[in-house]
Amino acid sequence: MTDLNTSPAAQAKAADYVKAHAAISNEQLLARLHALFGADTFSDVEEPYGLLTATVSRHRIHEILDVLHGEKELLLNFLTTMCGVHWPERKDEELSVVYQLHSMIHNIRLRLKIFFPIADPVVPTMTDIYATANWMEREAYDFYGIIFTGHPNLIRILNVEDMDYHPMRKEYPLEDGTREDKTDLFFGR
Amino acid sequence: MATNDALTATEHIHHEVAQQQQRGVMVTKTEDFGTDLTTLNLGPTHPATHGIFQNILQMDGEKIISGVPTIGYIHRAFEKIAERRPFYQITPLTDRMNYCSSPINNMGWHMTVEKLLGVEVPKRAQYIRVIMMELARIADHLVCNGILGVDTGAFSGFLYLFEERENIYEIYEEVCGSRLTTNMGRVGGMERDMSPVALEKLRTWLKRFPAVMREFQNLFDRNRIFMDRTINVGPISAERALNYGFTGPNLRAAGVDYDVRVMNPYSSYQDFDFEIPVGTNGDTYDRYLVRNEEIWQSLRIINQALENLPEGPYHADAPHYYLPPKQEVYRNMEALIYHFKIIMGEIDAPVGEVYHSVEGGNGELGFYLISDGGRTPYRLHFRRPCYIYYQAYPEMVVGSTLSDAIITLSSMNVIAGELDA
Repeated sequence: MTDLNTSPAAQAKAADYVKAHAAISNEQLLARLHALFGADTFSDVEEPYGLLTATVSRHRIHEILDVLHGEKELLLNFLTTMCGVHWPERKDEELSVVYQLHSMIHNIRLRLKIFFPIADPVVPTMTDIYATANWMEREAYDFYGIIFTGHPNLIRILNVEDMDYHPMRKEYPLEDGTREDKTDLFFGR
Repeated sequence: MATNDALTATEHIHHEVAQQQQRGVMVTKTEDFGTDLTTLNLGPTHPATHGIFQNILQMDGEKIISGVPTIGYIHRAFEKIAERRPFYQITPLTDRMNYCSSPINNMGWHMTVEKLLGVEVPKRAQYIRVIMMELARIADHLVCNGILGVDTGAFSGFLYLFEERENIYEIYEEVCGSRLTTNMGRVGGMERDMSPVALEKLRTWLKRFPAVMREFQNLFDRNRIFMDRTINVGPISAERALNYGFTGPNLRAAGVDYDVRVMNPYSSYQDFDFEIPVGTNGDTYDRYLVRNEEIWQSLRIINQALENLPEGPYHADAPHYYLPPKQEVYRNMEALIYHFKIIMGEIDAPVGEVYHSVEGGNGELGFYLISDGGRTPYRLHFRRPCYIYYQAYPEMVVGSTLSDAIITLSSMNVIAGELDA
């Protein structure tokens, strides 16, 4: 099974390949992104714990992921994860979707965020680029009520279909406020 | 939303199928003959699915035309619960995701928090973690391959392997006190050192296990019936696998040598010498072989870690986050204060955004943690490999027979706890 890869020549070749490609730093990655999409596309660029993070507009996110998927230099073509986040105190950008891309050749990661108002939670789907985005988007819809336009089957995935709210939003407390069996009559806690 | 309260189970299936047909996911008639298809409800509680998930299949005779998986039967809202819990109370939640290899989940979570807090874990603790994580990986793969044997009709291999899994659980018991949902280790290291009994049990097991594994492989690897049942069953190409976000043994079986332990070494994995096995076809047989070989590589890692186990402390010197020893709590003022503060969850974490991933039993298990400086995570997202690759299941089984669909499912090692979180 591993025969193909164990010959010394093949291993040396693989090592050279990795060495030649693994040297992309976050600065180079950011410079390449600026060259591809323009410097003003990316705002709030930071590197928390070494992972390049940037905010982009929701109107451009599909184009960016599409271009990066086919791009030959960075090879950021693996969608590691994607999730929704709710920021109730941010005016007009209450909801957010975080995409995390990975290049398995260069071993670089990129985190892209989009923010949009909760009154208009509509973002483009990534299912036409990544098959894996299908259930990730259904999860974000299920828990945050984010509508992904163009998604082939946008229904709830982990919660029951009868549910009429999106439970991961911050306004829903973890504990059921109507429960009476937990009130402490003696100590008033 | 339609209410389904009044529907019987059969009506519910018909309702579901009608909905799927409306969306164009399912078809009603065969293209060849125009005959009606059979709708088969596989699950949610079917003994061959090893977990609670439902698949509604459209069958033309024995052939699967389309399939729609329904998941969420054991969804426990871990991400929501985690937003209300102090960091150390989230460890038991991670146990219950991939419950076949809980220590990996625990350690992954501890390492995420340590990354956020900037805590450096001493070498000895890292090596003990590596040993426990590799034991967990072996246990995970043993279950998967053993059950794959059962699904293809061979019960004995499963019994041989489960005895060894039991021995691994006894080692867990010596290290952390529990077996299945281990809650092992703490933020900052291990909660206790490896005891002489644990080391003795581990050494005995390391001597004993290879013979059992060889016997198991002799039973299956070149078994004509097993090969006929598994070769070219449920294949997926490397390209599709990457597009579907596969990681772990299932991706490696398709020929991509991606392993988090090598790519982004954590917990001193760079110190060990091991290889990444890869397959070629991405079919059930390759997945089986890759898992077997990974068991041997994990044994290599455990042997190396045990041989070079460094001396020193088994936890970091981080009194704000790591519980003091219990006898100190009764005698020492600072220990009492820290004990109280940690237990009551009154330790604030720094503001930050962390992604940390470990190589779980099924692939890249990632933790995306947003901390707003409070005592609980602001948002915690688990990248669960099962959840991500199970969506490829319909594509992998369409066109094959029902019996092939069953063994494809078991060779993918979909763990319901991790799927639904």
